[in-house]
Amino acid sequence: MDSQIKGVSTGTTILAVTFNGGVIIGSDSRASIGGNYVSSKTINKLIQVHDRIFCCIAGSLADAQAVTKAAKFQISFHSIQMESPPLVKAAASVLKELCYNNKEELQAGFITAGWDRKKGPQVYTVALGGMLLSQPFTIGGSGSTYIYGYADAKYKPDMSREECLQFATNALALAMGRDNVSGGVAHLVVITEEGVEHVVIPGDKLPKFHDE
Amino acid sequence: MALSNVVETPASGFNFENVSRNVALEGLLEGGHTKAPKPMKTGTTIAGVVCKDGVVLGADTRATSGEVVADKMCAKIHYISPNMYCCGAGTAADTEKTTDLLSSNLTIFSMNSGRNPRVVMAVNILQDMLFRYRGQIGASLILGGVDCTGNHLYTVGPYGSIDNVPYLAMGSGDLAALGILEDRFKPNMELEEAKQLVRDAIHSGIMSDLGSGNNIDICVITKQGVDYIRPYQESEYKDKRQRRYKYRPGTTSILTEKIVPLELEVVQETVQRMDTA
Repeated sequence: MDSQIKGVSTGTTILAVTFNGGVIIGSDSRASIGGNYVSSKTINKLIQVHDRIFCCIAGSLADAQAVTKAAKFQISFHSIQMESPPLVKAAASVLKELCYNNKEELQAGFITAGWDRKKGPQVYTVALGGMLLSQPFTIGGSGSTYIYGYADAKYKPDMSREECLQFATNALALAMGRDNVSGGVAHLVVITEEGVEHVVIPGDKLPKFHDE
Repeated sequence: MALSNVVETPASGFNFENVSRNVALEGLLEGGHTKAPKPMKTGTTIAGVVCKDGVVLGADTRATSGEVVADKMCAKIHYISPNMYCCGAGTAADTEKTTDLLSSNLTIFSMNSGRNPRVVMAVNILQDMLFRYRGQIGASLILGGVDCTGNHLYTVGPYGSIDNVPYLAMGSGDLAALGILEDRFKPNMELEEAKQLVRDAIHSGIMSDLGSGNNIDICVITKQGVDYIRPYQESEYKDKRQRRYKYRPGTTSILTEKIVPLELEVVQETVQRMDTA
């Protein structure tokens, strides 16, 4: 499915999960060309669009980088005009507008997650054509198909930070183990009212499952 | 709003004015025996490495046009600013023009703002431009430079994707070069070691890829300045011309000679001073 993307694609696994007091957003770090050449093992797919709002990218790397650049600027400007930090929904809407209005030319999907004063931790999906959806947790990218079962079975609302971190790490590890265009290291960002914390788990430290 | 970015981005979309001109030209050539020339591609090996004191860039020097080597001593490491150079793979004209445009832009920025451009600024300008043209500009670039924030190496793809990496190879010989880099790259290498590594990577590309060849150029960028070594190493396979290919005077024999003097009359003479000082 990713071979129709011209140029570098982030055939990928991305996810975002809310927990009690915050949200964890995570991704793998592989970028590929044509489904059989890994052009980068260390690509950054977690883009910070504002102090407490992150966005992970899937699809064409060029399209995703261009959209997040424009979105970062618009969100920053919006925040200055409103004289207050932007709502996560506002950030997700900006991405949605860009994706929907340019749906013919763009091939990129996003997951926006963050924390704001009004609604606390939230997760939004912006799909390829510009659909915007709010969910307690969401998975995306080509590797997500392999972990729908795991995610549906293991997700619990109101998890603790450690439980959520374990859930996200396991999900990424399982997806990276089965999807050829996902791999590298697992990047996780924990966003709470207090701040933002990056966790990087190298490939060899990821949890191993039965046949590895 | 943006400080001194001088190139006016077009109001909407892309400028494909030349497409209809090209189609018309091709139509003209269609009937005859000539075909439109194939664009010159730099089937290429380019590589870059970040070391302790700066950035080392390397490139081969072969430019091909179809199956013919069009230029044996092509310069693929382009000047961007006093602290930045850019290697280009892909269509030769595209890499040449894109880097020229970038260089001019950054010079004007420097003059206006009084600051040295940063590598991230160059990368952002390239990304914006290449993304706007949706891959029609076939330029894969390795941009390396040293600025006040450190030593940087970036890759810019033809569709406008960028990545910040410590070592990199691109072009048709990239897989061969990458093998050498993956094996021997270490963070914070000494300058001489880094130069040797880049030289070996390009050499591997030249040996294993048909589109790369001839000599190796190396460009070393440090805080102190730039050392552009061209060529760093010449090809061992330089051939000697077997004969002299210049024609002696008298090679073409003159059969008849007719001289017709033109009678000219000076009608009017005006002199205009031009200030050349």
